[in-house]
Amino acid sequence: MTKRPDVKKLEKIAREIRVEILKMLTCAGSGHTGGSLSMVEILVGLYFYKFRCDPERPLCETRDIFILSKGHACPALYATLAHMNFFKKEELCTLRKAGTRLQGHPQRGLPGIEISSGSLGQGLSIANGYALAARLDKDKKHIYCVMGDGELDEGQIWEAMLTSAHYKLDNVCGIVDYNKFQIDGRTEDIKGLEPLKEKWQAFGWEVLEIDGHNLKEVTDAYDKAETIKGKPTVILAHTVKGKGVSFFENQNKYHGVAPSKEELGKALKELGAND
Amino acid sequence: MNINLKPTRDGFGEALVELGEKRQDIVALSADLTDSTRAGWFKKRFPERFFAMGVSEQDMICTAAGLALSGKTPFACTFGVFAAGRAWDQIRVSVAYMDLNVKIVGTHGGISVGPDGPTHQAVEEITLMRVLPNMTVIVPCDALEAKKATIASASCKGPVYLRLGRSGVPTITKPGDKFEIGKADTLRQGNDVAIIACGYEVYEALLACDALKKEGIAARVINLHTLKPVDRCAIVKAAKDTGAIVTAEEHSIIGGLGGTVSEVLAQEFPVPIEFIGVKDRFGESGSPEKLFKIFELTAEDIVKAAKRAIARKKMF
Repeated sequence: MTKRPDVKKLEKIAREIRVEILKMLTCAGSGHTGGSLSMVEILVGLYFYKFRCDPERPLCETRDIFILSKGHACPALYATLAHMNFFKKEELCTLRKAGTRLQGHPQRGLPGIEISSGSLGQGLSIANGYALAARLDKDKKHIYCVMGDGELDEGQIWEAMLTSAHYKLDNVCGIVDYNKFQIDGRTEDIKGLEPLKEKWQAFGWEVLEIDGHNLKEVTDAYDKAETIKGKPTVILAHTVKGKGVSFFENQNKYHGVAPSKEELGKALKELGAND
Repeated sequence: MNINLKPTRDGFGEALVELGEKRQDIVALSADLTDSTRAGWFKKRFPERFFAMGVSEQDMICTAAGLALSGKTPFACTFGVFAAGRAWDQIRVSVAYMDLNVKIVGTHGGISVGPDGPTHQAVEEITLMRVLPNMTVIVPCDALEAKKATIASASCKGPVYLRLGRSGVPTITKPGDKFEIGKADTLRQGNDVAIIACGYEVYEALLACDALKKEGIAARVINLHTLKPVDRCAIVKAAKDTGAIVTAEEHSIIGGLGGTVSEVLAQEFPVPIEFIGVKDRFGESGSPEKLFKIFELTAEDIVKAAKRAIARKKMF
């Protein structure tokens, strides 16, 4: 019998992680607010429900693999990993500071960080490499790769999509954090992606389309992805950039800008956090 | 010297099959140049450990990174221009930055590619690879050395760029010769001038050494097969002993072997250096023999350069 997610509990965790993200970004004074907030439920639904890992032994062989291809959104991943006890929450405030393990973009070496990323478009190919190795080793691990929608402009993603489908890598689950924005503006204005679902399908992928902030839908999608055999699955998660804080939502100027102290205070109030 | 011609890519192909027999972690990928790179020999023997990536160099490099992260030792094979040129950022971020065990095999290095012309002749890729932290860069001089270099690369931790050639080259090393990454081999002793070469140019350097000998000039010949990490001691000793250096490479002198030697000597023991190599230009179509003349990469050119270097000693 499959375990069922406790959605209420996951929602509470998502709120706490948003608080941590905002605090660490304000503390750092720079970083990517919008794209971190948009993928919180994608991470929470995975790490606190589906994902096999052991924070005590981050490199244990039976772990699943998580790849953050859109490396700039690492504050969300750092906050999630700290919440999972891969490292102490106190370390979050070292984000982007000299000597930190929490580099401006993820660096392999920090417990829970599988790959260094930041230059877009490379994660899905790496996921395929893990998946091919797992197949050779008869290892049942699942490989999850979160991409941004702006990131899909990179041709390498489409090369990798062909590879995953060609090798029938059903141990690969791609997730697109489809928040509809990239640095220069709306994705549909910069370089239109639609019809995106049909494009992934035409490339040989199973496509699950969900509300990326609804933790019931997110966890259901992860459950469903596991059952798809003979081809890779992608979850197109419709999200809102800056989700969770009214004055950041769909405000693209917060793509790469951290909240000021005043904004942090207001944001925490909205999220029901005290400090 | 055994002048049976054999391309360095053949030495690689043989070694990869041998490695595959011994080690389960060895896997290979190719970006639609499986036969040309000789990865095809491995594919034939170990089809389940070979991955055709199509014409997608960037995808290939990062897929190799994923395989390496899973404990495999991948050899990612394509032409040098495409490996280093098209996938440079992938090599930088997903391989070198993570110090992964990915072996990048760039065949068809240099102008000896011949008729295919400049788009396919890599004359810049040593520079592109050498600048990356953690990267080892090896340029074998013959098929036998290429075989040893491949085997050594498989056991060396971290990323390696192996530069190989398309055309047959004379086998100048012997089966018993020791190959050690980062350790230059002195092939001829001499104290009037030192010719430091890599790849096919080592053969031309030996011919030049013989010609110089006839004129009473004793040239040292050093096979600098590893451009990085470079054997600083061998270079500095050559400069101190001879006071005049000639570098010879089938690659741009900007950042290649000439650049490497200059960086070392400028810091440790400056002496006159003359450069044999591609002088800030693209290649062109033609037979390798003809192109070596046009690009002034022949033994005759090395002899002239040696004399220039020796003459400049007085001015130093």
